[in-house]
Amino acid sequence: MVTKLVFENLKHRPIRTLLTVLAIGVQVTMMLTLVGLSRGMVEGSANRTRGVGADIMVRPTGAAIIGMNGAPMPEGIVDFLQKQPHVALATGTVVHVYSGVDSITGLDLPKFNAMSGGFRFIEGGTFQTPNDILIDESFARQHKLNAGGTVNLMNRDWHVAGVVESGKLGRVFLPIKVLQELTAATGKITVAYVKVDDPRNTRAVVDQIHAKIPDNPVYAMEDFLALVSVDNIPGLNSFIRVIVGLSVIFGFLVVFLAMYTAVLERTREIGILKALGASPGYIIRLLLHETVLIAVIGSIVGILLTYGTRWIIMARYPASLTQVIVPDWWPNAALISLLGAVLGAMYPGLKAARQDAIEALSYE
Amino acid sequence: MSEPHGSGMSEPMISIRDLRKTYHAGEVDVHALRGVNLDVQKGEFLSIVGHSGSGKSTLFNILGGLTPPTSGTVHIRGRDLRGMSEGDRTNLRKQEIGFVFQKYNLLPTLSASDNIAIARNIAGKELQFENEFQESLKLLGIAHRLHHKPRALSGGEQQRVAIARAIVNHPAILLADEPTGNLDTENSNIVLKLLRDLNERIGQTILMITHNPEAAAFGHRTAHMRDGCIID
Repeated sequence: MVTKLVFENLKHRPIRTLLTVLAIGVQVTMMLTLVGLSRGMVEGSANRTRGVGADIMVRPTGAAIIGMNGAPMPEGIVDFLQKQPHVALATGTVVHVYSGVDSITGLDLPKFNAMSGGFRFIEGGTFQTPNDILIDESFARQHKLNAGGTVNLMNRDWHVAGVVESGKLGRVFLPIKVLQELTAATGKITVAYVKVDDPRNTRAVVDQIHAKIPDNPVYAMEDFLALVSVDNIPGLNSFIRVIVGLSVIFGFLVVFLAMYTAVLERTREIGILKALGASPGYIIRLLLHETVLIAVIGSIVGILLTYGTRWIIMARYPASLTQVIVPDWWPNAALISLLGAVLGAMYPGLKAARQDAIEALSYE
Repeated sequence: MSEPHGSGMSEPMISIRDLRKTYHAGEVDVHALRGVNLDVQKGEFLSIVGHSGSGKSTLFNILGGLTPPTSGTVHIRGRDLRGMSEGDRTNLRKQEIGFVFQKYNLLPTLSASDNIAIARNIAGKELQFENEFQESLKLLGIAHRLHHKPRALSGGEQQRVAIARAIVNHPAILLADEPTGNLDTENSNIVLKLLRDLNERIGQTILMITHNPEAAAFGHRTAHMRDGCIID
C-alpha cells in the first residue's frame, strides 16, 4: 500500500519527479563519466604504449608513471642501449604536450617501424618533407582531417601526409629531429624503448641496464603497464573524491528541495494520514520510500546517460578523451546518490512527522 | 428511531468529566473548553450542536486524540486520555476512532478503494475487505465507484467513501465533523441517513458535530454547546 501511495505521489507531480530523477541521474553520470574518463585515458595510454612492441622502457630520472613531457634524457642513451647484450633494437622518442592532454610524438620512423611492425596507413603515406605530419584516425576524426589536409599545431601549419590506424604510441607524429628542433631539445629524448632478441631475456637485460644507469627507471614493459592505473596518477584519486563529495552535496540539495516542496504541498495529506493513526515513523518511512525510489530510478538513468556521454565524447573528442563504461562503479555511484538523497529527505521527513495534525488538516 | 445499543449498561462508551482545554495564543489564554461533562453510551448517535467558537471542534479534536486535554478526564472504552503520550494517542486514533470531515479529506492520488485500504494498512490489518464491510459498502452505495479517484467522484460520493474509510477498522467511535457542511440538501440527507443506518445496523457509536438542527435531528439526542460548555 505504501509503495502504491509512493508511486501515485510520484505520478501526481510528473515534472517534479522527472526533474528530480534527472538531477540525480546527472549526479551519477558525473561520477561515472569522471571515473570512466580517468580509466579510459589511462587504459588508452597503456594500450598505445603496448603498441610500440618494445620489451623494455627506459625513462628519465624522477619521471612519474603516467605523463610524459619534455626531453630530459640525452639521445646518446639509445646508442648505449643498442650496444647492450641481447638488445635487438633501441629507439628513442620525444613527447611534447602542446595542449592539455594532447601531445605530439617525435619518432625515428624506420626504427619505430622495425620495433612495432609499422603503422597501418588508412590514408596517404609516410613523411616526405620536414613539413609533413602523421595523425591517427581518432585525431583525424576529431579535427575532420584527411591526408593532404593542413593542420595547425604549435603555431605552424603542417601537411597531413598520412592517417594511420590508432593504437601505436600516440596520435600525432613528427620526425624526431623536427620535433627536437621545434622544442629546443636537440640531442634529447623523452623515453627510450628496447626490444630484446628473446623475450625470455627481458629480465636479465632490465637488470643489466639498471646496473649501468641506476638513476634511470628501467621497466620491463609488462611491469610498466601493470603500474599504469588511476591510482598512480598523482592527485587523480583526490580529484575523484572531491567530485564524489560534491555529488553527495548536489544530491542532498536536489532531494532536500524536492522533498521539502512535496512535504509542504502534502501538508493536508500528512494530516489525513495522522488522523488515520499514522505514526511519525510511518510518515518518515513513506517519504524515505519515495526518496529511495527516486534515487534508484535516478541511478539507472544516470548509468544510461553514461552511455550517452561516452557516445558524445567518442564522437567529438576521440583523440583527446577516452571514456570507458565502468560497471564496477555502478553500485558505488548508486550508493553515493542514495546517501545524498536520504540525507536530503531527512529534514523534510522529520518536519512532516512532527507536523501538528490539526494544523495540517486545516491547511488550504 | 431505535434505542442506542447497550443503553442501560453501567459503563458508557465515552465518559467526560470537567474537561477543560486552554490554548495559548501569544500571551493570551483562550479557554476553548470550560468544564465539559458528557456520557455517550455504546451504540448511541449523539449530535453536538453549537455556534462557531462554542468549543465543539476542540471537543472533537480531544476525543479523536488529535490534541491532549488541559485538565479533566476523558475515558473512551475505559481508557483515560489524560496523560496519554503522542504515541498512545496515535494508537487511539488507529484503533478506536474513525473520522469523517467536512471536506472529506481523501488522499487525492489514491482511488476510493485505496483510500479505504490505507486506513487498514496504517492499522496493520490485511488490506482485503471483510465480508461484513463489503455489506457496508453496498449500504453506502459506493461499491461500484471504488476504482475511481476522488476527483472523479461527486461530493456526496466522496463523503460516503470517507465514511467507509472511517468504519473499515471497526472503531469504537465514529467522529463526524460537519459531515454535510459541503453537501447540497439531497446529498446531505443521503449521508445523514447512511450514518443513521450504520448506527442502527452495525451499532456504530457516532458523535456528529453540526450547526444544523435538521442534521442534528438524525441523532438519538442532541447536546448543545456554548462558550466551551454543554448547556443541555
